[in-house]
Amino acid sequence: MKEIFRLTLILTVITAVSAGVLAFVNQQTEQPIENALREEKMKALRNVLPPFDNELTEDSILIPDITGDTLEVFRGKKDGKINGVAFPVLSHDGYSGDIEFMVGVNLDGVIQGIEILTHAETPGLGAKIQSEDFKTQFKTRGINNPELWEVEKDGGVFKQITGATISSRAVTRAVYKGLKFYEKHINEITGGENTGYENKKGNKEKK
Amino acid sequence: MRAGKEFLKGFWSENPVFRLVLGICPTLAVTTTAVNGLGMGLATTFVLVSSNMVISMIRSFIPKKIRIPAFIVTIATFVTIVDLVMNGYFHALHKSLGLFIPLIVVNCVILGRAEAFASKNPIWISIVDGFGMGFGFAISLTVIGAIRELLGNGTILNISIFGDSYQPLLLMIMPPGAFIVLGILLGLMNKVEIKIAERSGREPIISKAHDCSGCAIHRN
Repeated sequence: MKEIFRLTLILTVITAVSAGVLAFVNQQTEQPIENALREEKMKALRNVLPPFDNELTEDSILIPDITGDTLEVFRGKKDGKINGVAFPVLSHDGYSGDIEFMVGVNLDGVIQGIEILTHAETPGLGAKIQSEDFKTQFKTRGINNPELWEVEKDGGVFKQITGATISSRAVTRAVYKGLKFYEKHINEITGGENTGYENKKGNKEKK
Repeated sequence: MRAGKEFLKGFWSENPVFRLVLGICPTLAVTTTAVNGLGMGLATTFVLVSSNMVISMIRSFIPKKIRIPAFIVTIATFVTIVDLVMNGYFHALHKSLGLFIPLIVVNCVILGRAEAFASKNPIWISIVDGFGMGFGFAISLTVIGAIRELLGNGTILNISIFGDSYQPLLLMIMPPGAFIVLGILLGLMNKVEIKIAERSGREPIISKAHDCSGCAIHRN
């Protein structure tokens, strides 16, 4: 019986010391981690929005989407007027796990850029959805012609990544879903500022 | 003299990947690019050196019966430190290594060195052992990563080597590529070791007693 107490005591001391060390490190790294995550998000927002001069995180609104998730929608403003909207889009159709990305549109619903936030696609294959070549083909596209919103293999206009059709398809369809979301909630997002949307939507559609 | 031997053994005679064949899970999983291999190798080196040092320090207080949980707690502590620090200060690398950082805890190289070396040797030599084994592991992972990246993506360290006309051999960056590269390198290393041993007139590290002795490599 005596030995079991001795063993328990020693192991308890070891775990207690390690808990203390970890508490300290956690406290020290909490702020840098938060900054890194914030910087990552801001970088994505800067890449998908036209130049803005407002504090985005203080000017966001929360809107529930069809699935019941609440999306944080960011509004970029220049001289007090909204000139771009960015919102996160989630796809469950990736090759492995969810793909989350940020989509930025101008007031007419024309895409200004997309940026992948998190994904677990195969490195070197599906992970190439992060490449500029893939992402830039969404720029200047609008919501018109839903049949074009597929990868080339499915008869659409977007080039899929070789060997990673599933990932490409997941992103393409989710971007389209994001544009539908924007169209549906445009008045909530822009506060009714945007009256010309119906006439102009997707006017940059090519092909 | 002894320190030099303990340091160098990690590179060739007891290389963790190609000789001891330990830590194969991260070796196969993260070596899709040279940078990933190097990052994983250095993170493992840090954990290995730290855990070797601490375990060697407290080795006389740890009763034999609870040594494994004591080792694992120590290792897990350092892995969590790496995870947090990397997340805060090297965010991009943390993102690409992601899931595999917490898995350093179960990397057999680290527990293996704790059990076989640090728990029986003084602090400074355990630290040297940690560095030697860690760098040996890091170099092995970087080499595997570089080969896979070169063949599977046409680049090394993201610099294009073969140019745009190269059609990447996608298989190499998918899981089978890891097994193929590891196997070929392992075989080459054995072949070279046998040659070196013959030239210097010593017994090769690979024992001729095992079943491969009928293999062509041994007869040549």
